[in-house]
Amino acid sequence: MTNHLKIEKIKNNIMTAVFYSIGLLLLVFLGTLIVYIVVKGFRGFNLSLFSFSDSGIGNQFFNTIYLVFLSLAISIPLGTATGIYMAEYAKQGKFTQFLEMSIETLSSLPSIVVGLFGYLVFILMTHSRWNLMAGALAVFILNLPLIASTTVDAFKSLPENLKEGSFALGATHWQTICRVLLPSAVSRIMTGVMLAAGRGFGEAAALLYTAGMTTDIDWSNWNLLSATCPLNPFRPGETLALHIWGARTESLAPNAAQIADLSSAVLVIMIFSFSILSEIINRRLRRKMNGGNGTCCTISAGMIL
Amino acid sequence: MIRKEYLGKAVITVCGILVIILTLSIGFFLLVKGTGTFTIYKHSVGEFLFSSQWAPEDSGNGGGKVGALIYIVGSLLTCGLALGISVPFSFAAAVFMTEIAPGAGARFLQPAVGIFAGIPSVVYGWLGLTILVPFIKNIFSLPHGFTVLSASLVLALMIFPTITTVTADAIRSVPDEYREGSYALGATRWQVIRSTVLPAATDGILTAVILGLSRAFGEALAVAMVIGKMKAFPANLLSPTNSLTTAIASDMGGAMDGGEYNMALWTMALLLYLISLLFIFVIHYLSGKRGKEHTK
Repeated sequence: MTNHLKIEKIKNNIMTAVFYSIGLLLLVFLGTLIVYIVVKGFRGFNLSLFSFSDSGIGNQFFNTIYLVFLSLAISIPLGTATGIYMAEYAKQGKFTQFLEMSIETLSSLPSIVVGLFGYLVFILMTHSRWNLMAGALAVFILNLPLIASTTVDAFKSLPENLKEGSFALGATHWQTICRVLLPSAVSRIMTGVMLAAGRGFGEAAALLYTAGMTTDIDWSNWNLLSATCPLNPFRPGETLALHIWGARTESLAPNAAQIADLSSAVLVIMIFSFSILSEIINRRLRRKMNGGNGTCCTISAGMIL
Repeated sequence: MIRKEYLGKAVITVCGILVIILTLSIGFFLLVKGTGTFTIYKHSVGEFLFSSQWAPEDSGNGGGKVGALIYIVGSLLTCGLALGISVPFSFAAAVFMTEIAPGAGARFLQPAVGIFAGIPSVVYGWLGLTILVPFIKNIFSLPHGFTVLSASLVLALMIFPTITTVTADAIRSVPDEYREGSYALGATRWQVIRSTVLPAATDGILTAVILGLSRAFGEALAVAMVIGKMKAFPANLLSPTNSLTTAIASDMGGAMDGGEYNMALWTMALLLYLISLLFIFVIHYLSGKRGKEHTK
């Protein structure tokens, strides 16, 4: 018996040691990879690589941000609206079940499949060339389920008395949603939006056949209808992620590998700084909401009670 | 005010309906395009799934061969291997940050895993191409390093954060009473983890594995960069092969719209879509089981 106990104790110690070493190993490994990405990217760096021309990655950088901006402009309203519908209006039944299933299906679609759908519907069926808008719509399809489901979670996690208080003050359901629930849920919804944006920055497979692999921008041309105008959403727009793919697989440029290295580093740094920034904004927002609207409603509800 | 009430509700309901229409139309177009191989070019489903003769005609005449078995096997092999590599590390990381060292886990490992979840898949592909491919080439003295093993390792790294996060959530959702009961019986920590916590979290852990698998299955560019795009069954782990997503990503652009080649690639996309539906179905089944157990 004591022997058995001793063996179990030794086993326990061994396993603890194993888990600690694996944990440590993973940390070191992950840290090394990040350092490698950044160091490799900026080795032999010169400013011309950042230029807004064919030899630099400035245009791709701009396209990435512009494309994510376009896709969020569509997915934020539609995603939150769908989430609000599911959290506030949907009654238990076939339609709601179907909607939930739809969102789940969308969320599990491989991005290359979404890219093909985008290629067919936004490019072939509209008889257009590769364009940023088609890419933005493809990314929108990928982001929609994320934003919708975070909205549902955000609404469901609000305290019930917030709603009751608002109703007690004589507000309608719609007024309650717009002025009480949505402001209180905004910080959590933002988390979903930021995640979606981060994924958008790095998306490549869905853009391969929608946004296209070329970019031709004339920074002195501000005629929105012209194919080289930076802000024209209906021009081809290669993003950073696609640029990595292109540089490593198709490009014949002598410094293609270096451009891919730099693009990777820039992309990764961009995503990090973005998530840190969003965390800071989110904290501010949460503090403001808790000190402002949220308590205000609780107090007014409390006064009535 | 009343009008606003109804208008608001109407607008929001329309958004809900739009989402359903979008999902249905994706399914519809995939089905229409994907079945073209069978309806227009008269190939059998059996040929597509079980033949390895892949030579579709890039025209509307048809008459080529559309056996996609090489690609299907390539996908299954790389994903299965990736899962095999990733799962032990993911489980260990999840157990470490929930049961062994929750403090250090929450402060260091969890944010690190979060960072890795944020790295785009194309950067994983790039990492594979710049580090892994030359490394494998040198260490096994091969003519090139584009192998099944490279693809699996890239995928393993990519799905590691997914599996770890979901497994950690599953372990956290095991009620503390279970652990306390087990400790009260005199179990060591490892015994508690092995015989109580992990079995109680099985369904959640399986969900994590399937989520990882579905991410690996749908990944296109990262795999395409390192798998070698060779139209042959891999002889061993160190030979190049191809996969469903790779074929779609690299060949779709050059194939004539509506031609046999194009249609065959759409059929591959349809297959991917059906597999992702299957994964959802399994996850639903697992979470349904879990829901029932909690109400017991």
